[in-house]
Amino acid sequence: MRAPLSWIREFTPLENIEVSAIADALDQLGLEVERIDEPGRDVNGVVVARILNVVPHPDADRVRLADVDFGDGELRVVCGAPNIEAGMVVPFARVGAVLPGDFTIERRKIRGVVSEGMLCSARELGLGDDHAGILALPDDARLGTDVREVLGLDDVVFDLSITPNRPDAMGIIGVARDLAAHFGLPFEMDEHEPGPVADEVAGAHVIVEAPDRCPRFVGLAASVVMGDSPQWMQRRLTLAGMRPISNVVDVTNYVMLERCRPLHAFDLGRLPGRGIVVRLARDGETLTTLDGVERRLTSSDLLVCDGESIGQSIAGIMGGAAAEVSGATTEILLESAYFEPSGIARTSKRLGLRSEASARFERGVDPNNAGTGATRAMELFAEVASAVPVPGAVDVYPKPIERAHITVRTERVNRLLGVALSSDEIAAYLAPLGIDVRETNATVPTFRPDLEREIDLVEEVARRVGLDRIPRSIPSSPEKIGGLSALQRDRRAAADVLVGAGYDEVFTLPLLAPIDLANAGLDAEAVIEVENPLRAEESILRPALLPGLLRSVAYNAAHGEPDVALFENGTVFAPPEPGAALPAERRSLAFARSHHVHRSPHEPDRAVDVYDVTAVLDALTQELRIADVRLEAASVAGFHPTRAAQVLTGGRVIGALGEVATTVAEALALAGPVVACEIDLDALVAAARVARATVPVSRFPASSVDLALVVADGVPAAEVERTLARAGGELLERVELFDVFRSEALGEGRVSLAFAVRFRALDRTLTDEQVRTLRQGCIDAVVAAHSAELRS
Amino acid sequence: MTSAAELVERAEAAVAEGSDAFSNASSLTDLSEAERQFLGKTSVLNEIREAIKSVDGSERAVVGKAVSGAKAELEAAHAARRVFLDSQAAALSAIRDRLDLTLGPHEYVRGHLHPVTRIWRELEDVFVGLGYKVAEGPEVETDWYNFESLNFPPGHPARAMQDTLYVRLGDRESVMLRTHTSPVQVRTMEAQKPPIYVVAPGRAFRRDTLDARHSPVFHQIEGLAVDQGITLGDLLGTIEAFIHALFGTDIKARFLPSFFPFTEPSLEFAMSCVFCKGEGCTVCSRTGWIELGGAGMVDPNVFAAVGIDPDVYSGFAFGFGIDRVAQLLYGVDHIKNLWDGDVRFIRQF
Repeated sequence: MRAPLSWIREFTPLENIEVSAIADALDQLGLEVERIDEPGRDVNGVVVARILNVVPHPDADRVRLADVDFGDGELRVVCGAPNIEAGMVVPFARVGAVLPGDFTIERRKIRGVVSEGMLCSARELGLGDDHAGILALPDDARLGTDVREVLGLDDVVFDLSITPNRPDAMGIIGVARDLAAHFGLPFEMDEHEPGPVADEVAGAHVIVEAPDRCPRFVGLAASVVMGDSPQWMQRRLTLAGMRPISNVVDVTNYVMLERCRPLHAFDLGRLPGRGIVVRLARDGETLTTLDGVERRLTSSDLLVCDGESIGQSIAGIMGGAAAEVSGATTEILLESAYFEPSGIARTSKRLGLRSEASARFERGVDPNNAGTGATRAMELFAEVASAVPVPGAVDVYPKPIERAHITVRTERVNRLLGVALSSDEIAAYLAPLGIDVRETNATVPTFRPDLEREIDLVEEVARRVGLDRIPRSIPSSPEKIGGLSALQRDRRAAADVLVGAGYDEVFTLPLLAPIDLANAGLDAEAVIEVENPLRAEESILRPALLPGLLRSVAYNAAHGEPDVALFENGTVFAPPEPGAALPAERRSLAFARSHHVHRSPHEPDRAVDVYDVTAVLDALTQELRIADVRLEAASVAGFHPTRAAQVLTGGRVIGALGEVATTVAEALALAGPVVACEIDLDALVAAARVARATVPVSRFPASSVDLALVVADGVPAAEVERTLARAGGELLERVELFDVFRSEALGEGRVSLAFAVRFRALDRTLTDEQVRTLRQGCIDAVVAAHSAELRS
Repeated sequence: MTSAAELVERAEAAVAEGSDAFSNASSLTDLSEAERQFLGKTSVLNEIREAIKSVDGSERAVVGKAVSGAKAELEAAHAARRVFLDSQAAALSAIRDRLDLTLGPHEYVRGHLHPVTRIWRELEDVFVGLGYKVAEGPEVETDWYNFESLNFPPGHPARAMQDTLYVRLGDRESVMLRTHTSPVQVRTMEAQKPPIYVVAPGRAFRRDTLDARHSPVFHQIEGLAVDQGITLGDLLGTIEAFIHALFGTDIKARFLPSFFPFTEPSLEFAMSCVFCKGEGCTVCSRTGWIELGGAGMVDPNVFAAVGIDPDVYSGFAFGFGIDRVAQLLYGVDHIKNLWDGDVRFIRQF
């Protein structure tokens, strides 16, 4: 909403208040000032002048010479505009004048003739797009006057962001009323109901067949003389952001902007049946709106039709082309109606058609200014379109909408705001807004459809008191105890482990393209699709983090950073569980490392391998004290066929890790090997934990034995290790695999695993005999469990 | 008989000669050779000690004293030279073993948290300090939680303020990527009775394409307090408190009335610009203020949706963008930087 200050001042005397103070007040009233425009600020030194005569340029066809009288003297300028003629009053930019764009006028020679300045078009003055010719000023403008005065460029326009609950502030009077209340100034507005109500006006009847959707319809008629509206009206409309069209249309727009009272003028002569029928459209019915587009309607759309029930306007949204006023119009029928807001909103949304009128109707205009607004338009028609109103009016308003009554309890206001106002103070705050309070009973005006409940009045009081004047406090409750949950602390710990391991955290978009899944080797079945994506790249919800994370790895490689270690911790989505309405969401953790681990100059850089990610998984397991995490070799989509494993805890698969498949690396143009892991973080933190109790540290010496055990290649080393740990029992302190060896001597398909096994008792030094027994127990267990042989 | 005086003289000569040999030793080898010569078994001092037997009994003590005195002197001279030569050798080997510590480390030793995670944690910690717990909710929501329970009835114009991404589940436009973190308010109030003091940081979505200034995904933090006697003044004081905690006590809070369907009275809050302290600069568009977010008293219709009696309890809610705070504090111009995983960006944090 663009509100020119001069227009606001017609309703409340703000003359002595600084513009900045008015802007602050608007902000504090909740009518947020997005911008303050001072259209004349960039125009300097341009004055009113009269063209004395126009003569051809001696050396050019397309420019002419004009002598102008600017009050203090006469000068000659060169001008290319086709519309200049002797006697015309025009804006004259003298040498030294400044135009918008910081453009300073200089004395110039054009084809040998000196031009002592420039005549200006509307566009050159920053007044819109019209560049067809020099702007014509009123004939009676005093020569030499600054054009800013004449054109109203000395005005200030507040560009306001009006919240949806304040339709009244989509009219100048609504803004003026709030400002008057804020500054304690009077607010005055003339309002007159139209003449006596009759069944018809100028022979036109109005039949409302859908009174629920059109609770009120006021019709007035007048004869008019079509033409342009006067400068002052055009100027105001332009400042308010609307384009002047014709005197009749401009008046309807003017009243809409001034009073939040949308109107529509029909050419009564082109209205078949000389009457109005308001009805719901038929499914499939069409109407060509005045923007020339044919609109297809449904039975939930409301039409304003002519007397023969042919649609002439989509009610409250846009008029039709057929009965549009034109230069040939001589009599008009003025529609001033109240349409039910949600119906307008639905039709406007479905058609994708919004107008200044629909924006107001859908928020709720005042049903009770339909008459007074129409009267105001008639006064203006008379003034600018030589209108002769037809006496009388039609007013179909079967169930008048009354002012609502709301209870407002002083104690409640004070308790919610944290203030101590008396009931008189509350009444005094609300009165200038048109809200009458008697005891606890408030009567609210119909131009404020947002005021329905006590809380709405509490808000009005807060607005009037001013939020900056409400004392600030902090709630204090003995039950207010803050903290992160164990789950939240664990998630932080997991991220910290990754950071400690040298991984950088990234966020990737949770919206993916199906191709991203294919590139990562995943299938795109059972994914959740976005109904209305803006583009295919963001059309599904990610079922896993790795597709996006690998894309980030590739992005970095493409930007000269092939050696990266990245992780992400975020939500992934799966189709709803049976009976659920929402997708199954869980928190996933993925990490990936690519190309080289940087070690130069000390040692050669080394290619990443799967043990880089198993190390991180170990660190996570230790930090979170997960009791049982195992890796099981498995074929996992997107990973190398024999360099991948599933991650299990408590026998349940919670993720996978390994080397990324070559096909994936190629699809994403990844540089070098990439190793990665993705695990269900929710499942990991929910897994059984090792108790926090500490195992005592022995003071006695340890006994170590080395065992080289030959097993079939393919037996997981971790299995052998677990067998050893079980066999060693309580006295086993540590098992460490220190060598893996294959040779012909061992035989085809055999591998030697060399373990350092360390025993220690808490309370004594173990004897050689005891250590021998323990050692043999370990050997026997591995031989039995894995068909191993002891390598001698 | 050997004269005592002669022996004492020889001992003194040995001290002089030995001390010279020690201090002239230029290496530990030379020094141990000299040590053997002057302090070893075949040394002059040992010869003198042997010769004591042949000295008259009454003078033996004089000679003995002279010999032990000479030995102590020689040992001291040897030790002094030893210390010198040791330290000289240590210095030489140190020079030989020199390492340039400015060579880079073996591997990256520390990764980096995303800047938004940093601010996210900082915000959580501030609110935990103010007595809040951290609540969570799903990122895909039903119409009920995202709109209707929050007092956005179907067809309400305020819905048009949200640009919603719907997902293909259930009835058309019934399931969506949440447009704000406010559904967590409703879920929290359904799950627990007042008093409630929670913040809900999380992701929200809107129908935008990722570019320098827009993202289809963004992070918000939502706050909710429901208790007996909560006032608008409590809301203003709480917002002021966290602005002070995050940005410093010299930063001012400003409140302007606004509209949200799920709060009333509703307001928007801003802080004085952290860069120009309110003087006006490019970050704050020369206004001196930086808009942060929206807030208000929980609307009675929201309480009705979750079965909390608005005559007994009152509450406030607030929300603001985490990304925006991160952008402000770290001077991040392009939103895209937060999402493309570029390590050249992330490694700055």
